[in-house]
Amino acid sequence: MARELPYIAAINEAIHLEMARDDTVLFYGQDVAPSDDDDFVKAFSRDRVRVSPISETAEIGMAVGLALAGYRPVVELLMAEFMLVAMNQVVNEAPRLHLMSGGRVKVPLVLKAGYGFTAGWAGQHTGSIYNMFCGIPGLKVALPSTAADAKGLMATAIRDDNPVCYLLHYLLVLEHGDVPEGEYLVPFGKAVVRREGGDVTIVATGWTVGRALAAAETLAGEGIAAEVIDPRTLNPLDTATILASVEKTGRVVLVDQGTPHGAFSNVIAAGIADQGFSSLKAPVKQVTALDATVAYSEPMEAYVLPNEEKIAGAVRQVLGSAPVAA
Amino acid sequence: MAKSRTAAGAKLEADTGLDLLATMWRIRCFEERVAALKRAFKVYGLIHLSIGGEGVAAAVCRQLRDDDGIYSGHRAHGHAIAKGAPLAKMMAELMGREGGVCRGLGGSMHLVDRQHGMMGATGVVGGNLPLAVGDALAARVRGGDQVTAMFFGDGAVQAGTFAESVNLAALWELPLIFVCENNGFAEFTSRAEHSTIEQVSDVVAPYGFERETVDGSDVPAVWEAFRAFLDEARGGRGPMLLECLTYRRRGHYEGDPQQYRDPAAEAEWERRDPVARLQAHAVEQGWLDDDEARSLERRALEEVKDAERVALESSYPDPSLAAELVYATEECRPA
Repeated sequence: MARELPYIAAINEAIHLEMARDDTVLFYGQDVAPSDDDDFVKAFSRDRVRVSPISETAEIGMAVGLALAGYRPVVELLMAEFMLVAMNQVVNEAPRLHLMSGGRVKVPLVLKAGYGFTAGWAGQHTGSIYNMFCGIPGLKVALPSTAADAKGLMATAIRDDNPVCYLLHYLLVLEHGDVPEGEYLVPFGKAVVRREGGDVTIVATGWTVGRALAAAETLAGEGIAAEVIDPRTLNPLDTATILASVEKTGRVVLVDQGTPHGAFSNVIAAGIADQGFSSLKAPVKQVTALDATVAYSEPMEAYVLPNEEKIAGAVRQVLGSAPVAA
Repeated sequence: MAKSRTAAGAKLEADTGLDLLATMWRIRCFEERVAALKRAFKVYGLIHLSIGGEGVAAAVCRQLRDDDGIYSGHRAHGHAIAKGAPLAKMMAELMGREGGVCRGLGGSMHLVDRQHGMMGATGVVGGNLPLAVGDALAARVRGGDQVTAMFFGDGAVQAGTFAESVNLAALWELPLIFVCENNGFAEFTSRAEHSTIEQVSDVVAPYGFERETVDGSDVPAVWEAFRAFLDEARGGRGPMLLECLTYRRRGHYEGDPQQYRDPAAEAEWERRDPVARLQAHAVEQGWLDDDEARSLERRALEEVKDAERVALESSYPDPSLAAELVYATEECRPA
């Protein structure tokens, strides 16, 4: 049975269920469970649910130590940017130890952080920096775009034997959606087709999935059938689903809330160029944020971000119904 | 000020003293051979030796159980060997062979030997401090009497991870013993150029936990100081910090031109060499005679020779492992 839940509640439900299922799952981080009335504390005690000081490097390094000792920590980091102060742990310790030990240790842990909070949170709390975590062998990256996926991807992240960056989108936390009750797992590396269509393939992640679906609705009114694909995890990436769609449509628009240089859409575009070039009827178009820090002022936020109009405009370009920008 | 302790106040039983001495000879002979093999291009990559610091590794690790975790930094050979890693697997690792503790994928800076509680080394100074906090937190959550020891150099004390890790360990009263090997050098420069605080044990003074500074080449003193902390930690108390004043008799890495060396300090520390010093103490105490003492070194040399032979017989790992071991999967779960 499914019922409506907000995205944020779906995430908490997944953590709660996994902690009940497996004693080795621990949950700690900044501002986690500030009072003893907290549901997590009541259910699992202060041993397994801890408030940590603002020490990102130690929080993440400690998670690695716990994982090597047989636990499955979930670390609450609040903002993806806060992981930047702990990049040695995120990049050099957690994902490399399995390989460097010759496969003799594993590091199951979840780094839970929000991103993309373009609601006046200014330049250091609004970044869509998931691309930074995607080029690291050994580190998985999940970006849920719906409440159901928020639950299912978190459960899978906790059960995975590798470090996972679980990046929730701050503009989605209060969005409601149908969420299955009880155990619910969404597999990693399996994209979902959010809307079917034969004219153009739009690949979008996180909050931009909703923008892409809105653009597709507008385009439908113009007689354009857009297919919208949500990869759900960027590492592993389900290239097969994207290529199958490109083979059908021959036209591609890639949406990425990140900045254009080194955006994850670059990686998808390169994959299509490498393996799907013969299907293409038009150049691959990327709709990203502008190459800029997100400014505070509200009209400026909107200016730098991808939106429905920019996505629809890009689709019209690849279909030849609008001029391609120089 | 932190307490300090001298050999005059520290006593070792004969069995313990001889075990420590044998362990130190194994480390010394192993590392001297590694240096020679490095020059002969038989040991492959970046190598950092701990010659001059064997006493700390032995006096700490020989008191720990296999289920007590240790973490180390980039100068970790001695810690791994003292904790129980077989010399042949150590040598094979440094040669990048399949028979190594990490099947040749980790090398000198990333030694792991979980079977004996060697949980990890790191190439980033201070990088492993929070991992040791995690290991100690695991012991606390598990509820047993396991203790974690974290080896680090004085250079790591100026890294942010040190402050974060010490704070967390103190806040949560974790069974973690910080073991600082203060060898006076952080890579190529002296401690005086890195900090205004001379003794590392003074850096942690405000946290209020027990701390002590000992002469790291005085093995009975290190043993006794660590013994006292270990007893406390087994009883569920912690953390503590043991600072061992020691010396790095080789360069930062093998091949380091060492233009920063002070010849007077070299001579002084040669005189204070922990292996020679414990051996003299052992003879003086009547634990063994001169002939038996020399045979300890000979036995260690034999063992290193065997280790080298076994390592050279081990094949290189299949290069495809480099891609297969990126992610842990159900199929390759470690034992």
